[in-house]
Order: sequence, then structure tokens, then C-alpha cells
Amino acid sequence: MNLLHLHEQPAVYLVVAAFLLAVGIYGLIRRRTLIGMLIAGEIIFSAASLNIMAVNRFMAPDPTVGQIFVLFIMALAAAEVSIALSIIIAVYRNYRSIESAGLSELKG
Amino acid sequence: MNAFPFSDYIVVGIFGLAVGTTLAGALIATLSTRIIRGVCGLMISCVGLAGLYYFLNSPFLALMEILIYVGAVCVTIVFGVMLSEPDEPPEIGKRHHAILWGGGAMLVCAAVFATAAHLGVRGNWPVSPVRVNDGSVKAIGTSLLTTYSMAFELISLVLLVAIVGALVVARFGRTKE
Repeated sequence: MNLLHLHEQPAVYLVVAAFLLAVGIYGLIRRRTLIGMLIAGEIIFSAASLNIMAVNRFMAPDPTVGQIFVLFIMALAAAEVSIALSIIIAVYRNYRSIESAGLSELKG
Repeated sequence: MNAFPFSDYIVVGIFGLAVGTTLAGALIATLSTRIIRGVCGLMISCVGLAGLYYFLNSPFLALMEILIYVGAVCVTIVFGVMLSEPDEPPEIGKRHHAILWGGGAMLVCAAVFATAAHLGVRGNWPVSPVRVNDGSVKAIGTSLLTTYSMAFELISLVLLVAIVGALVVARFGRTKE
């Protein structure tokens, strides 16, 4: 493995994406607030995007497909963030807390 | 082959900087106790990720990453932090429970990372022999308006529904008080 051509090897990108996925899952498990869990979810999204882009760059016959797919992922992530934040703010108004452990009641 | 003798080293240095920024930002986003620092970590991570996209022959996605994530998503999360509480609440419960949970989470993540990294490094990835186009912005625009035009329109519809839904949810929370 030539160190000077590190940026032309797909394994590097795939390992970075695996690390981002692991960090995101750790955050999703360990974070106790809803916004922290949302941030961890965004990191998992970026891991998926990086993986798709690496495969798209090195193995796919049509290099536009992965870029368009990642663009759609970004749009869906933006939609998800707007919905999730409005739910979080509504929850904070009702519970005066955004702690995920306090939201175990279903009736409300 | 290059006119400038150290250009290979500079390229590798910038690539290492992008990788390091991405990983460090993700770690800050996950491990910091204040939420606002987590948001800043997400921003740093997204800037590094934009650099990685640039190395993957996609300057268009690098720009989009900075525009959408750093410019829109992170700023929206900052608004959310301002409207709710800024800190992680202190841990309630016994200390050894927390250590147990932390260790379990660490174990799960190490397993996920080891599996995915092993697949990435050792996997027998087929390399495509032909490229049908060069993946430029022009090619992206052409396929967005021909092959993927339906999905493109549906995404715009999803964004509209998301905005209206966010307004409705946040308003109902207000009228209830």
C-alpha cells in the first residue's frame, strides 16, 4: 500500500465510514438528550453517504448515480431534522426537559 | 510527472487533514457533554466530509455538504438548542450501571467497526471496467432532469410536507398551554 496514493484507495474511505458509523451508534446509545441523539443520527447519515460515494467513485460504472443518491440523502436528512426539532420543541414545552428517559409515557 | 516536486506530499497532507477533521469532529459530536459543542463537532465533521467528497471526484457534493449541513442543518439544530435546554442532564442512577452501559455500548461499536472495516479492507470489491460518463456537474444535471426527475420532484414534495408538518407540530405544542 503506497502511502503517497492513499487518497486513491477505496479501503481508506470505507474504514473512515465504518468509524463514523461506530461513533454514531455509540452516540445514539449513550446520549441522554433528544438533540444529542439527533446529532448522532446525522453522523450515521454521513457514514452512509461516504460509503456510497466511495463505492460510486471506485466501483460503479456510472459515477453520477451515487452523487444523486447522496444528494437525496442530504435532502431527506434536512427534512428529518426539521421534523425532529419541531417534535423536540413540542416535547420540551410539555415536559420541560428533552431527556429521552423521561419520555416513556405514551398517553399525552 | 508533476511540475512541482512536493505536490504528492501536499495532496496526501490535505487528505490526512480531511480525514482527521472528519474523525475528530465526529468524536467531539459524540463525546462532549454540552450539546452546543456537539453541534460544533458535527459542523467540523461535515467540513472534513466535504473535503473527502472533493477527493472522491465530486466538488458538487462537497459544496452541497457545506451548504446543507453546515449552513442549514447545524444552524437549525442550534436554534433547537436555544429553544430547549443547553446541557446534558446529570446521570441519574447508580454509577456502576453507567459504567456497564458505557462498556456495553463501546463493545457494540467496536464490533460494528471491526466488521465493517474488515469488509471494507478485505472484501473482494469488483472494479467496473467501463465508465459511461465522467460524473461531472453537467452529467449530474442531465440525469437529474431525465432519469431521476420523478425522484427529484418527490424529494421537493417531501421537503414541503416536512416544513408544513414541522409548523403544525410546533404550533400544537404552543396552543396546548
